[in-house]
Amino acid sequence: MARGELVSIIGPSGCGKSTFLRCLNFIEIPDSGTVDIAGVTITRTGGRWTRREEDAAHRLRAHVGMVFQSFNLFPHRTVLDNVMLAPVQVKRMPAEAARAEALALLDKVGLAAMAARYPDTLSGGQQQRAAIARALAMRPDVMLYDEPTSALDPELAEEVLSVMRTLDHEGMTQLVVTHDMRFARAASDRVVFMDGGEIVEVDDPDRLFVDPQDPRTRKFLRSVL
Amino acid sequence: MIARCRAWLPGLLLALATMVLSATAHAAPLSWASDAEANVPFVFHDPADQSRLTGYEYEIAQAIARRLGRPTRFVQNDWDGLIPGLQRGLYDMVIDGIEITPEHEQGVLFSRPYYMTTERITVRRDQQGLDTLAALHGHVVGTLKDTTAERMLQADPSIRIRAYEEETNAYTDLKNGRLDAVLLDGTIALYYGTPDPDLKLVGAPIGQVAYGVAFAQGNIALRDQVNAALDGMMRDGELHRILARWKLWTPAMEALTGDASTPDIAPEAWDHYRAATAPTAGWRARFDRYVGFLPLLLHGALLTFAVSACAMVLAVGLGLALALMRRYGPRWLGALATLYVEIVRGTPLLIQILFIFYALPGIGLRLSPFVAGVLALGMNYAAYEAENYRAGLQSVARGQIEAAVALNMTHFQALRFVVVPQAVRMVIPVMTNDFISLLKDSSLVSVITLTELSQTYVRLSSTYYDYFGTGLLIGIAYLLLGLPFVRLARMAEARFHTGRQRRGHI
Repeated sequence: MARGELVSIIGPSGCGKSTFLRCLNFIEIPDSGTVDIAGVTITRTGGRWTRREEDAAHRLRAHVGMVFQSFNLFPHRTVLDNVMLAPVQVKRMPAEAARAEALALLDKVGLAAMAARYPDTLSGGQQQRAAIARALAMRPDVMLYDEPTSALDPELAEEVLSVMRTLDHEGMTQLVVTHDMRFARAASDRVVFMDGGEIVEVDDPDRLFVDPQDPRTRKFLRSVL
Repeated sequence: MIARCRAWLPGLLLALATMVLSATAHAAPLSWASDAEANVPFVFHDPADQSRLTGYEYEIAQAIARRLGRPTRFVQNDWDGLIPGLQRGLYDMVIDGIEITPEHEQGVLFSRPYYMTTERITVRRDQQGLDTLAALHGHVVGTLKDTTAERMLQADPSIRIRAYEEETNAYTDLKNGRLDAVLLDGTIALYYGTPDPDLKLVGAPIGQVAYGVAFAQGNIALRDQVNAALDGMMRDGELHRILARWKLWTPAMEALTGDASTPDIAPEAWDHYRAATAPTAGWRARFDRYVGFLPLLLHGALLTFAVSACAMVLAVGLGLALALMRRYGPRWLGALATLYVEIVRGTPLLIQILFIFYALPGIGLRLSPFVAGVLALGMNYAAYEAENYRAGLQSVARGQIEAAVALNMTHFQALRFVVVPQAVRMVIPVMTNDFISLLKDSSLVSVITLTELSQTYVRLSSTYYDYFGTGLLIGIAYLLLGLPFVRLARMAEARFHTGRQRRGHI
């Protein structure tokens, strides 16, 4: 991926899109393969996940933010605390600076008024935007989205997608696993089609959606469009 | 079964030597134990002043110590624990109406007898007959367990024996009609059977019992000193005077000491006891009596609270460690924690308390009763807390840890900031229940000499035959102790759930 790109990953359910994404920051441990993000390279050739590899993964994760389908906000903390927690505890940022930055991020995703609320009192779209702010607070180079809008009604999904578009305009590198073909086609720089655990086709969205090269891609697009 | 002591002359010499020695020797306290709960007239708390120990054996112990020139240190212990405590070295000797029998002599060393009495039958005032051992044939008869009286009753298989731990319970059951008669030592029968308007002593004295001071096997030096002191007390009439004050001088004692005199001594200790325990007339007197219980109740409540609070701290800390070991530790550590939980949950708390207090000294670990009680309770409840916390940890969604790790937290940080705080609020309601039952289970530490609330109940109720009023008082005390925990839990729940309460106000 090039810096500043927005790449979407599409494909039938159970084809390994999410697993692939989760392997990129080692929330799931791949058996083999190489991940290379922002200058940190981890190569696995099977075997046990070692302490040394976990340390490398820790360095790698410093560059990667992640957003989940089910938001996974911390329910026992306010929205502001959700955003501040990692910068203060992981990066040892002074609380005041972290608070200022967190409030700025919440303002950016349109949640300045919700800072003191608990996640349970927010709508799904608000929660997902808070989750994005939380990931951004760690100042990542890459954002990973694991079906960020699948749990949302269309109008709430739109709130989230518009935040992602804004980030794209600001030059954030984003990799999105999604079922939202409209978004994938309109917002992506490139689209990846996966099936059966492997990448089948990668192309410019206009080409991939209009004139897919692989029969499997054609078959999938016929079924969803 | 009676070990009559004929060592008069050497005893006299020893007594003289002891008196001379005692004037000069540095006097280490003579520690002696008895079960002063419901133990009239041996050693008990003065009904008129619960902070004062009294009893004819208490006075004998004081007299012995005076003759040895040593101050005394009294150790309260449960009846069942008296001999084990002696063997464990908790105290120098036991004076508590211990019968000199061949069975007892296998476990302890006895002094010469200091008191001899007979067995007596007590029945309800309206009953006829039942005035001999033979007449008890086929009846339900109460007595104390492991006593000469019990063995006498066992000679007739048709007698249905109810062997009690506390004599008060035997006499209460006799009054309630659960027993046809009670066969017990003359001392006990006199103090429990005669003052009660519903009961009467019948028939002639039966058999003979001898009480001796018990020492650890091999403690011959102290045994000889005490024998000499007892000899002196018999010879100069001090023992006679003590027993007369308690109305306990018997023909058997006359035979034992050869003292046929009849000194003009009023049974003032007996009168004092009867006056103090006479049924109170009217609410005013009853109220005054209950007010008099308050210092004792407070003391018991404090001990119950201290034991429970310390045990809870231990249970929470150890329980959390065990839960984390089981859920996140390496496999062998988890297995070890599981083994601990299963063993502790699978065995009775009472056994664990007794084991820690009496068995661990065998491998060189001597603990004070308080520490042993806290340790036993805390380690027991830790097993239950561990399971509770484990369930709480499991209830935190997997995605929470993933989110924390994705934010580059270490595993430890994820636990500390994300998982544990959420598990805690799942766990709080169960913990509240556990703590309240721990508070109540703390009554079990009374078996290792701690006089906490429930033991205070046993003492007060059996002294005054008042199970109802004192029971209410103790119940209120437990409720008051438990209340702060309930309040605390409510506050914690309210605090943790601030977010949830606003649900639906989006």
